[in-house]
Amino acid sequence: MGELRYRVVVGLEIHVQLCTKSKMFCGCALSFGEEANSRVCPVCLGMPGVLPVMNEQALEYAVLVALALDCKIAEFTKWDRKSYYYPDLPKNYQISQYDLPLGSGGFIEIPLEAGRTKRIGIIRAHLEEDAGKNLHTAGNFSQVDLNRAGTPLLEIVTEPDMSSAAEVRTLAVELQRMVRYLGVSEADMQKGHMRFEPNINLIITKDGVEYKTPIVEVKNLNSFRVLERSVDVEEQRQLDEFLETGEVMGMGNKTTRGWDDINQVTVLQREKEEAPDYRYFPDPDLVPVEFKCEWLEDIRSRLCELPIKRQIRFVDEYKLSDYDAGVLTAERSTAEFFERVVAAGGKPKRVCNLLTQVGLKLANEKGCSVAELDITPKDFAQVSNDVDGGILSASGANKAIELKAQDPDKPFSVIYEENNLIQKSDVGELEQIVEQVIVDNPKAVEDVTSGGKKSKKAQSFLLGQVMQKTKGQANPKVVSEILDRKLG
Amino acid sequence: MAAKIDQTQVKKVAKLSRLDLTETEAAEFTGQLSAILEYMEKMNELDTTNVQPLAHCLPISNVFREDAVKESLGTEKTLANAPQRDGEFFKVPKILDEI
Amino acid sequence: MQSELLNMSCKELRDGIAAGRIKSAAATEAVFGAIEKYEPVIGAYISTFEGRALAKANEVDAKIAAGEPVGELAGVPVAVKDVMCTTFGVTTCASRILENFHSPYNATVVEKLLAADAVIVGKTNMDEFAMGSSTENSGLKETVNPWDTTRVPGGSSGGSAAAVAGRMCFAALGSDTGGSIRQPASFCGVVGLKPTYGRVSRFGLVAYGSSLDQIGPVTRSVADCALMMNVIAGRDPADSTSVDEKNAPVCDYLEKLDEPVDKLKVAIVPQFSAGADEPVQKALTCALDVYKKLGAEIIEVDMPHLDYAIAAYYIVATAEASSNLARYDGVHYGHRTENAGDYVEVYSKSRAEGFGKEVKRRIMLGTYALSSGYYDAYYLKALKVRNLIRGDFAGAFEKCDCVMMPVSPTTAFKIGEKIDDPLTMYLSDIYTISANLAGVPAISIPCGFDDSELPIGLQILAPAFAEDRLLRIARMFESNTDWHRKKPTIVE
Ligand SMILES: [Mg+2]
Ligand SMILES: [Zn+2]
Repeated sequence: MGELRYRVVVGLEIHVQLCTKSKMFCGCALSFGEEANSRVCPVCLGMPGVLPVMNEQALEYAVLVALALDCKIAEFTKWDRKSYYYPDLPKNYQISQYDLPLGSGGFIEIPLEAGRTKRIGIIRAHLEEDAGKNLHTAGNFSQVDLNRAGTPLLEIVTEPDMSSAAEVRTLAVELQRMVRYLGVSEADMQKGHMRFEPNINLIITKDGVEYKTPIVEVKNLNSFRVLERSVDVEEQRQLDEFLETGEVMGMGNKTTRGWDDINQVTVLQREKEEAPDYRYFPDPDLVPVEFKCEWLEDIRSRLCELPIKRQIRFVDEYKLSDYDAGVLTAERSTAEFFERVVAAGGKPKRVCNLLTQVGLKLANEKGCSVAELDITPKDFAQVSNDVDGGILSASGANKAIELKAQDPDKPFSVIYEENNLIQKSDVGELEQIVEQVIVDNPKAVEDVTSGGKKSKKAQSFLLGQVMQKTKGQANPKVVSEILDRKLG
Repeated sequence: MAAKIDQTQVKKVAKLSRLDLTETEAAEFTGQLSAILEYMEKMNELDTTNVQPLAHCLPISNVFREDAVKESLGTEKTLANAPQRDGEFFKVPKILDEI
Repeated sequence: MQSELLNMSCKELRDGIAAGRIKSAAATEAVFGAIEKYEPVIGAYISTFEGRALAKANEVDAKIAAGEPVGELAGVPVAVKDVMCTTFGVTTCASRILENFHSPYNATVVEKLLAADAVIVGKTNMDEFAMGSSTENSGLKETVNPWDTTRVPGGSSGGSAAAVAGRMCFAALGSDTGGSIRQPASFCGVVGLKPTYGRVSRFGLVAYGSSLDQIGPVTRSVADCALMMNVIAGRDPADSTSVDEKNAPVCDYLEKLDEPVDKLKVAIVPQFSAGADEPVQKALTCALDVYKKLGAEIIEVDMPHLDYAIAAYYIVATAEASSNLARYDGVHYGHRTENAGDYVEVYSKSRAEGFGKEVKRRIMLGTYALSSGYYDAYYLKALKVRNLIRGDFAGAFEKCDCVMMPVSPTTAFKIGEKIDDPLTMYLSDIYTISANLAGVPAISIPCGFDDSELPIGLQILAPAFAEDRLLRIARMFESNTDWHRKKPTIVE
């Protein structure tokens, strides 16, 4: 067998539920697990005679994302009907956008390792209404719940620019971070706010000839894990299939597969020949949307710095590691809080440690954001500076923040005092303790002075003894200096 | 001249329309739709190369509603006309294929 | 007394009720008396609401006795085509698929009628889902023409026209997608107006061809038509395609109704109108003479694309219908088959059992026109032809105040005459369809009879949102003729 190389090519279709108050075309509240069919009105039930009316907020949210994706916004756009029969689709057509999507031709920057980024092209972004849910758990029949029917849904289609399962996952995560930053979606994967449909195929070079395998679309994936896994699984499956059948991409041989989570495989859903005929045509019940300059500028003014940009800036401006910058910029409120602490005088690296080691932990426990902890940026800045000034140890600082969170009204001076958090840096006082430790531990002293391979360990042991005697309050830097001086 | 639409096409369209047709109906519709489509050929007398399609006569755009919640029907009223229900759900025969 | 009451105009009756001279209850009872007498023959109604109607009439009478303000249609018994949703009774669209459908909401026009204190006596028969020109496509019952019970009342609002002509209500609402108000009005010798697309809310009007459908009044006089328009016209936030007050303000259509249009310029399309039967053409000529005597100038215009209206219409309307009617699937409401093996059969069998032939035919035609490979040749082509037709109107209205032409090439035809030949039936819509494609308002008013004593209508078309002038032009004719006072023998 000759030489064989291959790479995977993936494009992604992503559906994002927007977090408006009401549905896309009617006044029903969005559903969060209420009683089935309780958030349904004649319009989203598709009753005879009803008419849709556009939710302006949904449109603005969609445009905001399209702008963040650097898309061109259509001056003129309209609504189309996409026809197919399914029990969760009450009108048996979905109101969507076909030939004139509101956004097209953009890109998204995704972070790779070591601070590098990659641009993934965005083909289009359009708005549509979600369907309800069919449930198949009840026995020999299916149940239909229309609570979700009519929820505003943003569909984003990328170019086939991703070349690994990891990249696909990264894009999904980045997009989640983006829509959360923009405040247009909770993007809660568990609640199905984001759903993915990767289009996957392989480019195989065999004996110097390039082959493309038929495209497979995997439907309706709703976790990052499954998304990544499905690409890996498809990669292997398509390779095996190619080696067996030699089938290559052609007209109309795209197939649709579903994900079987139990067996961790993709399963064929729709054969090639049965490409559905959606009979798109302009929805006569809705009028076109025209984006006038002023309106567009007004929406544009609501854009914020995007997470990836902010992450890169944090590395540049605050000299943080890419990892730390990523953690701080994961949530918009955390990133903004970090910058407020720095503005209040905290040193970036120290503030970063405080926020990531204790701030986020506390926020997580309380189920709130760091900004909502009742600890002000000034508080964080003070603690941070007290570490830098040798007043607190790193662990003492964390303890101080924890205590402050429990009792926000108590001044730090009292917290430090009551909990013996202030470090002992007085050389005279510490020298006496060090001498006592040297006397009490001749074996360790000998290990240090003889300079063998046990030397380092012994020195740490002695330092530990000093810390123990001072109940952890000794400034380890000062103690080390004394030890070095006395045993060196 | 060949018929504009044959029985195979009629059956395909019926399937797409989710209409069960009897053989008699299919034959009858084939004849009628053929005659109608034949008549539609009339439109081809017109040169419409530079004519914009007109989907709507209205001179308006940008009709919106405010993002405000209105009361829903509630489960009972939603299901009041349901031919079959199962508790608070609409009930249909088991759906085996996914879309 | 009873027949005197029944022959009153809506306006006379309303004024009499509001002044306390007439009781709404008496008018309502008279109407139900007429229903008892004529309905077994005419068959105009799918459902009637005697108890409800009398309760509403008594409520209005009590308000008036107490000196409380009442609405513009205070106590007037009216009917509504069964294509508009009501929370009372059923809303069937004359289809077996909706035979037992109870709407949880009222159409906006129904809300407006109720707010105007009208008494809704019943819901009228129609061609199933408003698809037809004779009411023979009703899946539920037959309606005959009050002037000749062997003939059709026209369609699809045949029940509304027959009920108004047969004195079984004082006015009714119909819906017009390709002539469904005007043609039955003409066949039944009453007035029928299709307003400008966007003038009356479609919310709650069960859709057939959404870009063409409009609700309008069927009445016994132009004045009553104006009164009804005062009640139903106007923008509705629930209908995105209803037009803004700023773009096209609604006016009081009654206020200046009796002021003739000064220097009226009427356009005719001679070659196009020449396709009508001789009695129809003769009536049109006589009508034009009336206008000439009133000082109108008659000019000829060329509207070369009107001949293509039927082809364009039956593509656009059926394409939209195929999608609008997709929702009737037996899952969430409506008829459900008892013979479904799987969920796909719930659709295909429920729909096969629930829909009548004409509806199936149009769904198939529309589906075909939108399907992959045929979209450009049929649907897109039709939209382009539609634009040409709109251009014809724009050109004509630069030269005139209105266009006049027949409503239908024939008078009411025999029941069963055309039912097996759908294309011939479609071709009879030649004069009414273009107003829907262009979105302009058009009215049918009685203008004569043929040798068999069957009524003939005159159609007047005006520019978009010019209903006020259209009604005034129609009123000029009515004030100088007696055609609208003739009654079908059955009610004499
Ligand atoms: Mg989609
Ligand atoms: Zn709703």
